[in-house]
Amino acid sequence: MNPSDRQYTKEHEWLKIQDSESNLAIVGITDYAQEQLGDVVFIDVPEMGSNVVHMEKMGEIESVKAVSDLFSPVSGEVIKTNGELLDRPELINEDPYNEGWILQVILSDTTELNSLISAEEYQSFIEQA
Amino acid sequence: MTNQGHFQSHYIPNTPEEQEAMLATLNLQSIDELFQDIPGTFRNPDLNLPSPISEIEIQKELSAFANNNRVLNSGASFLGAGSYNHFIPSIIKSLMTRGEFLTAYTPYQPEVSQGTLQVIYEFQSLIANLYDMEVANAGMYDGATSLAEGVLMACRVTKRDEVIILDSVSPLYQQVIHTYCQAQGINITTNSSNALSPSEKTACVVSQYPNFIGGIEDLTGYSTTAHNCGALLVVSTNPLSMGMLKSPGEYGADIVTGEGQPLGIPTSYGGPYLGLFATKQEYIRQMPSRIVGRTVDTNGKNGYVLTLQTREQHIRRERATSNICTNEALYALASTIYLSAMGKNGLRQISELCYHKAHYASDEISNLTGYKVVAPNPFFHEFVIDCPVPVADVNRILMNQNILGGLDLTNQPFSKCLPENVVNGMLLCVTELNSRQDIDSLISALSEIK
Amino acid sequence: MMKGGNRTTDKLLMDRSVPGRSGVVTPTLDVPEQTPLSPELLRSNLELPEVSEPEVVQYFTNLSQLNFSIDTQFYPLGSCTMKYNPKVNDEMAFLPGFANIHPLQPAESSQGALKLLHRLQEFLAEITGMNGVSLATLAGAHGELAGVLMIRAYHHSRNDLGRTKMAIPDSAHGTNPASAAMAGFDVVTLPSDASGNVDLEQLRNLAGPDLAGAMITLPSTLGIFDENIVEVCRIVHEAGGMVYGDGANMNALLGRAKLGQLGFDVAHLNLHKTFSTPHGGGGPGSGPVCCVESLTPFLASPLITKSGDSFELFTPEGSIGKISGFHGNFGVLVRAYTYIRTLGAEGLKSISGNAVLNANYIMESLKDKYLLPYDRRCMHEVVFSADWQKERGVSGLEVAKRLLDYGYHAPTMYFPLIVHEALMIEPTESETKETLDAFIDALVQIDQESHDQPEIVQNAPHTTPVSRLDEAQAARRPDLKWQRHEQT
Repeated sequence: MNPSDRQYTKEHEWLKIQDSESNLAIVGITDYAQEQLGDVVFIDVPEMGSNVVHMEKMGEIESVKAVSDLFSPVSGEVIKTNGELLDRPELINEDPYNEGWILQVILSDTTELNSLISAEEYQSFIEQA
Repeated sequence: MTNQGHFQSHYIPNTPEEQEAMLATLNLQSIDELFQDIPGTFRNPDLNLPSPISEIEIQKELSAFANNNRVLNSGASFLGAGSYNHFIPSIIKSLMTRGEFLTAYTPYQPEVSQGTLQVIYEFQSLIANLYDMEVANAGMYDGATSLAEGVLMACRVTKRDEVIILDSVSPLYQQVIHTYCQAQGINITTNSSNALSPSEKTACVVSQYPNFIGGIEDLTGYSTTAHNCGALLVVSTNPLSMGMLKSPGEYGADIVTGEGQPLGIPTSYGGPYLGLFATKQEYIRQMPSRIVGRTVDTNGKNGYVLTLQTREQHIRRERATSNICTNEALYALASTIYLSAMGKNGLRQISELCYHKAHYASDEISNLTGYKVVAPNPFFHEFVIDCPVPVADVNRILMNQNILGGLDLTNQPFSKCLPENVVNGMLLCVTELNSRQDIDSLISALSEIK
Repeated sequence: MMKGGNRTTDKLLMDRSVPGRSGVVTPTLDVPEQTPLSPELLRSNLELPEVSEPEVVQYFTNLSQLNFSIDTQFYPLGSCTMKYNPKVNDEMAFLPGFANIHPLQPAESSQGALKLLHRLQEFLAEITGMNGVSLATLAGAHGELAGVLMIRAYHHSRNDLGRTKMAIPDSAHGTNPASAAMAGFDVVTLPSDASGNVDLEQLRNLAGPDLAGAMITLPSTLGIFDENIVEVCRIVHEAGGMVYGDGANMNALLGRAKLGQLGFDVAHLNLHKTFSTPHGGGGPGSGPVCCVESLTPFLASPLITKSGDSFELFTPEGSIGKISGFHGNFGVLVRAYTYIRTLGAEGLKSISGNAVLNANYIMESLKDKYLLPYDRRCMHEVVFSADWQKERGVSGLEVAKRLLDYGYHAPTMYFPLIVHEALMIEPTESETKETLDAFIDALVQIDQESHDQPEIVQNAPHTTPVSRLDEAQAARRPDLKWQRHEQT
């Protein structure tokens, strides 16, 4: 099930606030997303220090036979990316909500959080798809 | 002897009776009805082609065409310039015409294509070793287009759009680079080797090794100069010369391309040939064309598959590293067999034969009055001579003695390759197929031209 | 089938290598030894194998036996036209007068080659109903690149610089958008309508002053002849654009329709599909480009022209330039020439007739077992969907893999992208009815298996030299060349 300690987007990303004072959040893709993608073989993420923009493409995620765009759930600055994914992209399949985290970001506009959806809303969304 | 004009090709098994039976299952009377979707006015146009002929007549007709061309091995031949007359071991044709290799498709179903896939893995390994590079792809169309693709790749990797080509690169290759870059917003300039000036906007410096007129240039200098500006060094390298010469990998090249034709592929009036392409591990995802990787099956057995396919057109479409689909797999097989048979010693011996024979020839020519050997750099198996009379005349006289002379550099687009002060420049090539007798007859014939 | 000793294929060349073995004997030097190059120009080490000639022959022969091929299996790969590759074509290409000639040797000494190429240009112009032909492009995608560069050059020559868009159907082969992008165009997708044709309304929306042209495959990649094709071309022309034809599916149209007459302005042919030249495991191919009068000045060089009684290479005034090292894949062009002379107009028409008959026969025989997304006349190939099998837990991929156990190469899978669980079957004209019937039986049996014992399909193939391979591992941890410390 989708953890309720975080928010979601209709592009199948999740965002979890780690520290609300510094607006630090962590981002990944959902279990549904990794299942649809199949075996993840490579992920192309923005460089540390670069900026991401709410709902704009920030990278790509590759499975054996497909490439999907990665969209950023929020605007902000990329603080850290998950280096483990270089050697073990399968972490995204195995543990999308923990070990398979993708990047850490500092939000530049917390009002954007209002456009994200809850775990229940995300669950209904994917059930309708 | 026709059945109402019915032509039964021996390639098409269906007889009129069988066609009838199949049409019956479709509730149709004639094959024509299958084409009803084609608007009437455009259906069944006149097709004005000569009548079909039997295999007996085919052999006559094609032989007549073939006999109207001068075969390289019919006499002494000294023409190179990107296509080379080398020894081709008999086992190559015998193996590559096996139906299982010849008539197989691209190995998209790996379980039934392990032959082709393992061959390509071997090919990648041998080419990477030959060039001392970390990874090679499954091949591309030819030396010219693989160089052009190397340039495009360098632009992608560096995210820059200026390219410097050394003026000693083949003019034919330069033209192809321009064609490939014409719609990409890439700015191409040509520099001479002593005026090489890349900047922070330069994606790559492009050189040829040995260069178009056979010379061995100092790649160390190019490597340093390019890398100091963050530009890549792209080197188009003759793979046969790798039997002898230091590799571009050792010089620090970032992308190495080449023409595989010297490795067991006939000159064949220009094609099919074989593009070679190798680079560094860190750039794999920007490398064009197919790549084969080793893996295991469900039983843990080693096997080979096409891999990193997300670079390619069938997945990435307009965002692909290249549009290439069909390449030259059969000739990758040919060159793999060649390199296997030659081995480390054979390739060295062949390249040494080329080297010594070419230098013997250049030595003898330099002793002829009226001729000058123009070799600004040390050379491998090609060099320029300056003739006492126009090259066209020299070649005509040679041809009367059934000798094919070298390339007339005064013709377009080669005249820009003429070294300074050279008026009647000819590019001569000597390979292991040129006997001493061949070379001596060339010298003798040249000596009579004043 | 197990083989012993050196005839197993497990070990790679470098692992078979034994110092001192040699696969060739080279001649001794017959000229005086010359001054060597200085040592810093020479390599010190060369990592190539040392194996004897018998070993090389054994190794590659045994490798070949791991392949499926047209000569050994029915190979109904949709869109690839896996027809019989006549051996006489190869024999002619191997004639020394073709194989052992140099591309830069003087025209006077290669008139036979030039005349053959000139005639081939004429044949291809006649077959496509067009004027100009360039044989210089080395594969279909290469031809596409040349064709769209020609369209670009045409617009630029008229100072019409705002045409930045190329319309391409959603069913198109990936090379189409890739080529368009290489030619600097923005790709706009043309949706297909419910019948599998180009959606005319959507096309009209795109047909403006920024439309450079459209790239259309005919018949489409669904194997369907778009009966509105003349209107499609007209709409593009009216907007000032040019129509590019992807000729990959020409096997259905030989002698039945001419692209030039239908309204296409430029098109490529795949000689390694329609014209029987061998696929060779992935090439060589040849993708000549044919075009109408207005685009002829822009063809990639060289063309072959006739001047009096002799033939020569020629670069058109507005040529997009040289697009390959020499003159095209001559060896492949000789094969195609030989094929066309063997068949003539009647033979070519018989090809399309039988190719289309065979495909429709298969379609009719299987449509109650496999879903037909477009239940209408097909041309030389038929696209099924494995959706019904999917409901039983068996995917299109698994059906395809199970066919390998029955001794058939799988059809094309998951293409075109717009069909769910697509299986594209192209029998070609060179297969017997017996083969088609056996193939139909196999697919009927597999469908039955999907009911009775789905696991046997889901885990297929079972009888091939290797079973399903771990492609995720191959992509995650790429092993792309032999390494010295490998254990086998």
